[in-house]
Amino acid sequence: MNYRPALLHTMSPIRAALPFLAATIAFGAVVPVAGAATKATTTKKATKAPVKPTTRPTTKAAQATPTTKVQAPSSTPTRPTPTPTPTIRSKKLVVYSGRAERLVKPLFANFEFETGIELEVRYADSSQLAATLIEEGTRTRAGVFFSQDAGALGALSKRGRLASLPMSLLDRVAPQFRSPKGEWVGVSGRARVFVFDPRQVQNPPETVDALLDSRWKGKLGYAPTNASWHSFVTALRQVKGEAGARTWLAGFKANSPRSYSGNTQVVQAAERGEIAIGLTNHYYVYELSGGDLRNVNVRNEFAKPGDAGALVNVAGAAVLKESANDSAALELVEYLLSKEAQQYFATRTYEYPLISSVQAASALPPLNSLGSPVVDLSDLDTIDDSLKLLREVGLL
Amino acid sequence: MRSTDQSFSRASVRHRPHLGGAALVLPAIVGAVIALVPVVYLAFRATERGLRPVVVEVSRPQTLTLIHRSAVLTIATTVLASLLGLLCALIVGATDIRCKRFWEVVLALPLAIPTYVVAYTWLGTFSDPAPFPGALGVLVLSCYPYVYLPVLGALKRLDPALTEVARSLGNSRHQVFRRVTIPLVRPALTSGSLLVALYVLSDFGAVSLMRYDTLTQGIYLSYVGSFDRTPAAILGLLLVSITAGVVILELRTRGATAAMVSSARTPQRSTIPASLGRMQAATQCFLVAVVAASLGIPGSALVRWTIASDTLDISALSRPLGATLIAALTGAAACTALAVPIAVLSVRRPSRATSFLESSTYLGHSLPGIVIALAMVFIGVRFLTPIYQRLPLLTIAYVALFLPLAVAATRSSIVQAPPALEEASRSLGVGPLATLRRVTLRISAPGVAAGTALVALAGIKELPATLLLRPTGFDTLATQIWTDTSVADYGRAAPAAMAMVVLGGISLAILNRANHLGGTR
Repeated sequence: MNYRPALLHTMSPIRAALPFLAATIAFGAVVPVAGAATKATTTKKATKAPVKPTTRPTTKAAQATPTTKVQAPSSTPTRPTPTPTPTIRSKKLVVYSGRAERLVKPLFANFEFETGIELEVRYADSSQLAATLIEEGTRTRAGVFFSQDAGALGALSKRGRLASLPMSLLDRVAPQFRSPKGEWVGVSGRARVFVFDPRQVQNPPETVDALLDSRWKGKLGYAPTNASWHSFVTALRQVKGEAGARTWLAGFKANSPRSYSGNTQVVQAAERGEIAIGLTNHYYVYELSGGDLRNVNVRNEFAKPGDAGALVNVAGAAVLKESANDSAALELVEYLLSKEAQQYFATRTYEYPLISSVQAASALPPLNSLGSPVVDLSDLDTIDDSLKLLREVGLL
Repeated sequence: MRSTDQSFSRASVRHRPHLGGAALVLPAIVGAVIALVPVVYLAFRATERGLRPVVVEVSRPQTLTLIHRSAVLTIATTVLASLLGLLCALIVGATDIRCKRFWEVVLALPLAIPTYVVAYTWLGTFSDPAPFPGALGVLVLSCYPYVYLPVLGALKRLDPALTEVARSLGNSRHQVFRRVTIPLVRPALTSGSLLVALYVLSDFGAVSLMRYDTLTQGIYLSYVGSFDRTPAAILGLLLVSITAGVVILELRTRGATAAMVSSARTPQRSTIPASLGRMQAATQCFLVAVVAASLGIPGSALVRWTIASDTLDISALSRPLGATLIAALTGAAACTALAVPIAVLSVRRPSRATSFLESSTYLGHSLPGIVIALAMVFIGVRFLTPIYQRLPLLTIAYVALFLPLAVAATRSSIVQAPPALEEASRSLGVGPLATLRRVTLRISAPGVAAGTALVALAGIKELPATLLLRPTGFDTLATQIWTDTSVADYGRAAPAAMAMVVLGGISLAILNRANHLGGTR
């Protein structure tokens, strides 16, 4: 309560701001390296993984004395490292990554170490990055776009924002996992599955139609805003036709499926027994169990080959048009399709490697046995129509 | 409040004190221009294929559905949050509730938790909440402090003489409340409600997690589903026009209460609080329930997740904490620097032009962060290349997002600085800028500080613009939470979310202190 007129205890704005500044300083003092954030704006090294050379060839050094190559530090990484080749570059290679930092950062660090090419990686949602790239147009700083799903890559391709990739690179993956125009290439595969709770389900369904059985009423879970669900609806429309897809979605809705904010939440709900069956991607079960399925109740059921439920999505990479002649950009995409990187996806994220020389995690059925329906995942008009259908049916 | 300055302006038409012409006008225009950048960008994008797509998009049944849903949610949230905020403010500000100081701060704390965090915790606490009640619940419990804080401030400034006179004229306590107290806090109530309405219109976090489709969700889906900017821009403009309507409505309300609140002098003593008597326990229970719902649900979920996760690494928070402070404080400083001239001009030189300057800062306030971010990408990459994806551009984006918060708080305190003092200062030979600094700003310092704290609070929580515009590797607490929850690891995200609540709590404590010191808002 205030008993005096305001004028008697006026204070200057600077004094008014003092407690604020004091709080800031106090926080800086309590937290040891709060100031380090400022460094992060000027150098990226602070955020790098430990495996990292302390020096790297700068443009000048590389031009003047090609012998000043990066020396591998004494603590060499586990796998043999090829001698780094200094690239003559005036700037870092800027990468827009829609894939989570925690998953792909070690991979980028390894690439930097092995090639001496320095990366500047910006992380955000794939769709937001695609929108940013479209807005930036030809002035973009980005050289490579690493996207979580094919739709965002298709959007850029459709607007002529992507460079053509060499056939030798595209040929490393099967045609259905790359751009028909040769402008982006799939890096890892993500199969749609039915995740189920074995305590409630003895014979898990093998087709999407089996989900419509009334005994699953109120016991199904899905993530309606997830891009992989939208891709599934696209596959459904291509396999069953528009009318068939509409009928299926209406039947699905009639079975009162429970909606969750993401695929992880779907799998967790099945683990708790809240739902019996969830529509999700195959690797979430492994994520939840830490790689050992003995730790969890839930299991994956892969749909019959050819069924809409057997769809395989991809995460993929592309080079922006302005970087068409930047060898470093191409080198990064090549690296993502190298044995080493593909092995990383197989063992660390439990996704399907897309090059034939690397095997998927042993617990997974082989990729070519899944029988994914052939769908152009990057065709945006199709995705748009899928969203429209979902709205009409009332599932969005 | 507009009402009081109108009476001031009438009185001071003949001898209006000149407070540094160009030195004020220039920054005020800069502020308004920055705030209008996203609107201009949207107009450009919406019409780039001519007017036909605009007509088609606006008349689509889906668009009408989205407008309807946005309107329903906004009205429902604004009404409920205003009632809740008003009730809490009355209990704390006008009764003899016990533990007053405690409730005063704790009731404001929900403002420090971002709605996307609250919505996450709701999803983790209740299985599958229905979309509308879910979104409504999260937003009401997160937004009521926007009303609670200004109304409490107004109650503290209330001149007890007014209520005493009303009582002595034979009014019952109830009649005094209805005829005197409520009209006196009405300007604070309406400006708080305006902030709630604009916040709900712009919110993406709560509505998307609760799956309640609104215009912001439509804008987002238009980007994600088809990467088509034209419909997104048209929906954005629709949002701006709705905002313009709401702002005009609020201006009208301000005018209607003009006569009632002409006595805005600072009280010499406080009003005697109403005795709760036997209602004391019930009222305490009510406040406990409010806090349990607004702070308890998110708080307990965060604690639970932190305990459940074995990866509690406090030191990993230091960098994001530092980055958050840098971004939020530069944003708050910039907003304050631009808000002061706008507020001074709109109070001391009321005219069509200055009223436009002030209103224009509100127009973009209902746009979701992603739209502001993409507008800044568009401008930044073309015209501000040296600062693109650097801190200065992020600061400019914060100005576009949060300037109204600073303008509202600063304005209402400048209204209380009597122009007579400025005139006296000028007549003693002090220059206009020195008078502004030594007289006007000194008196309104608490309001200025409150505005700064409100912007800082909003900046701490900001996600979409920060994500796209930050310098590479500049991780704030908000982006950290995004990173952790995008691989859906609640446990990892919980410490960052709690750090954010603590930071927000400190901002609120400062806000509260500023309120106490000056007794003004």
